[in-house]
Amino acid sequence: MAKLRSILIACCMVLMISATAFAATEIQWWHAMGGKLGEKVNEIADKFNASQSEYKIVPTYKGNYTETMTAAIAGFRAGKHPHLVQVFEVGTATMMAAKGAVYPVYKLMADMDLPFDTGRFLDGVAAYYTTTDGKMLSMPFNSSTPVVFYNKDAMRKAGLDPSHPPRTWPELAAVSRKMIKAGVVKYGFITGWQSWVQLENFSAWHNVPLGTLENGFGGLGTEFVFNGPAQVKHIQQLADWQKDDVFHYAGRRSDGNPLFINGESAFLMGSSAALAGLKDNCKFELGITMLPYWPDLVKKPRNSIIGGATLWVLAKHKKAEYKGVAEFLNFLSSPEIQADWHQFTGYLPITYAAYELSKKQGYYKTMPDAEVAIKQMTLNPPTPNSKGLRFGNYVQGRDIINEELENVWTGKKTAQQALTDAVERGNALLRKFEKANK
Amino acid sequence: MAVMQDKRVHFRNKWLPYLFIAPQMVVILVFFFWPASQAIKQSVYLEDPFGLSSQFVWLDNFTALFTDPHYLESVKVTLVFSLATIGLSLSVSLLLAVFADQVIKGANFYKTFIIWPYAVAPPLAGVLWLFLFHPAGGVVAYLLNHAGIDWDYFANSGQAMLLVVVAAAWKQISYNFLFFLAGLQAIPTSLLESAAIDGAGPVTRFRTIIFPLLSPTTFFLLVVNVIYAFFETFGIIHAATQGGPGGATNTLIFKVFNDGFIGLDLGGSAAQSVVLMIIVMMLTILQFKFIERRVQY
Repeated sequence: MAKLRSILIACCMVLMISATAFAATEIQWWHAMGGKLGEKVNEIADKFNASQSEYKIVPTYKGNYTETMTAAIAGFRAGKHPHLVQVFEVGTATMMAAKGAVYPVYKLMADMDLPFDTGRFLDGVAAYYTTTDGKMLSMPFNSSTPVVFYNKDAMRKAGLDPSHPPRTWPELAAVSRKMIKAGVVKYGFITGWQSWVQLENFSAWHNVPLGTLENGFGGLGTEFVFNGPAQVKHIQQLADWQKDDVFHYAGRRSDGNPLFINGESAFLMGSSAALAGLKDNCKFELGITMLPYWPDLVKKPRNSIIGGATLWVLAKHKKAEYKGVAEFLNFLSSPEIQADWHQFTGYLPITYAAYELSKKQGYYKTMPDAEVAIKQMTLNPPTPNSKGLRFGNYVQGRDIINEELENVWTGKKTAQQALTDAVERGNALLRKFEKANK
Repeated sequence: MAVMQDKRVHFRNKWLPYLFIAPQMVVILVFFFWPASQAIKQSVYLEDPFGLSSQFVWLDNFTALFTDPHYLESVKVTLVFSLATIGLSLSVSLLLAVFADQVIKGANFYKTFIIWPYAVAPPLAGVLWLFLFHPAGGVVAYLLNHAGIDWDYFANSGQAMLLVVVAAAWKQISYNFLFFLAGLQAIPTSLLESAAIDGAGPVTRFRTIIFPLLSPTTFFLLVVNVIYAFFETFGIIHAATQGGPGGATNTLIFKVFNDGFIGLDLGGSAAQSVVLMIIVMMLTILQFKFIERRVQY
């Protein structure tokens, strides 16, 4: 009898505990932040959950960006999608076109009577994710921009002054040659994310278009035009530089980073968000500077564009749950959370308030390098060529660009040929997207 | 045939045999015919990724495929990749099996080691090979570069193809080895001994007795390996080369995955898998029709 009673009591306790656990409305958040970044995401969720008791954010790591996006889409088709999903910038056009599947953030905030001012976000960030009439569709979360990392020790060894890193492409080539000749490095520079850095950001930096209709912001009828003389000259030059190792191709993503870390390459062009990882791994003094430019194309460079991801709210959930989503997004974009995220990860501070707070906290005094990316991105007000890009099917589009660029690096095609082929193949994708989303 | 007919079982109830095969039929219907029919349906639609709107586009997805030079290029890449993989894995495993068959001391030790790679999942195999041969951090790549070989499969199509072929073949060798070894052990030793007494050397014995008697096994493995090379190797390619450089290792199955799951082009991807389905069906029919006739059971 005593045994039965204790079982009954245990049952009651379990019921009570689960009753309190169920009281908080769960909000599912699928993200693509692995490793250290994932831990930080969990920390943010924990902070929010501790700050109130009505809602519980449940972050789930779903793999890399493409895997996360595919999982969310498959989830949506099966009616088992999360409330929030992190989608990378090239998926933006696909998400925007999916009316009925997404709940635009500006609308969510208005429906829930929460303050939401697009002007709080850095221009370059806001421009990327708003409609042409200024409505923000997804919540910026992690944004980065490509910068040049360099090996200060190697420059010194070659008799060069590391406080004056090269600012133009010809300077970069000359410095690279000197360093290779001095035997301190094997390669001049390598680049990660070739399409993003050497084509998309190159075009913004030199104020030339990637596509018509303001790089696709103006409508689905956009067409690629990145086979212009500026881009062709640049890509051909990179190919020519391969011959004397000034440039070395080292893979599509950040595959080449080890070549920089182990000192084989003097310069690395990659995402500013790689800073934390590089600081940990490089055994030499790490420098960071802005992307080089061609002085014969522009007197001064324009501004760089962002990469990274935003949070999209998916439709078809209960209204009460959306209240929690809105509260969480509000919490997430607060200066404290954003400044902490920025300083921990190396991603950009996405709001002016977070930037100011980081300044006030003295972050850039101790880490002056971390400010290079922000300065570069906000160097000049964006033009239609430098506010970003919005192309449908661009995940595949980038694949095509990767393929055609590799055809240049392997010597199968000239830059002119490859870029023209990429434009043609890319335009076929854009037309398909236009047709599917009419 | 007369013998076969004697073996036939007669059921009194007409429906009983159907009941017996029903579970198997359900499995086939649910796991093969239903997905396959979905793929066929999807291949004639143009749909957005979320499934919010879809239009019937007749055979547009197919015409787009066959007018795309890169698709035809991918067909070529697949043929080269498959032939090389099948040839390499079959020949190496046959060689290993012949040797293992003759080993007397420590035979189990050798066999276990040769079978091991089969326990490795394809994506993991890709990652293993990637770690060894990655131009920026691979151990073997480092040694190769120091030996004066300019190893860099990011910028060298031939090396990229070599890497995925060797990795894919390595993965399949264990499986082939097992079957070859079993086949070898089923060959009566009396046959080989009498041939030896008649003066046939090891090479002649292999050519005139072992190889013909192994033909059912070889034929079976050929079918299995074709299907392996076509369908199951995408994990290796995904991990090692991602189809690059410049599409040099972009096989049909990898393209299906890439266009469907990464590019979210469901119609185009479905059209490709229908084509792939037809290719494999034809290959299997061809094999049974022409090669099987020469096989001595």
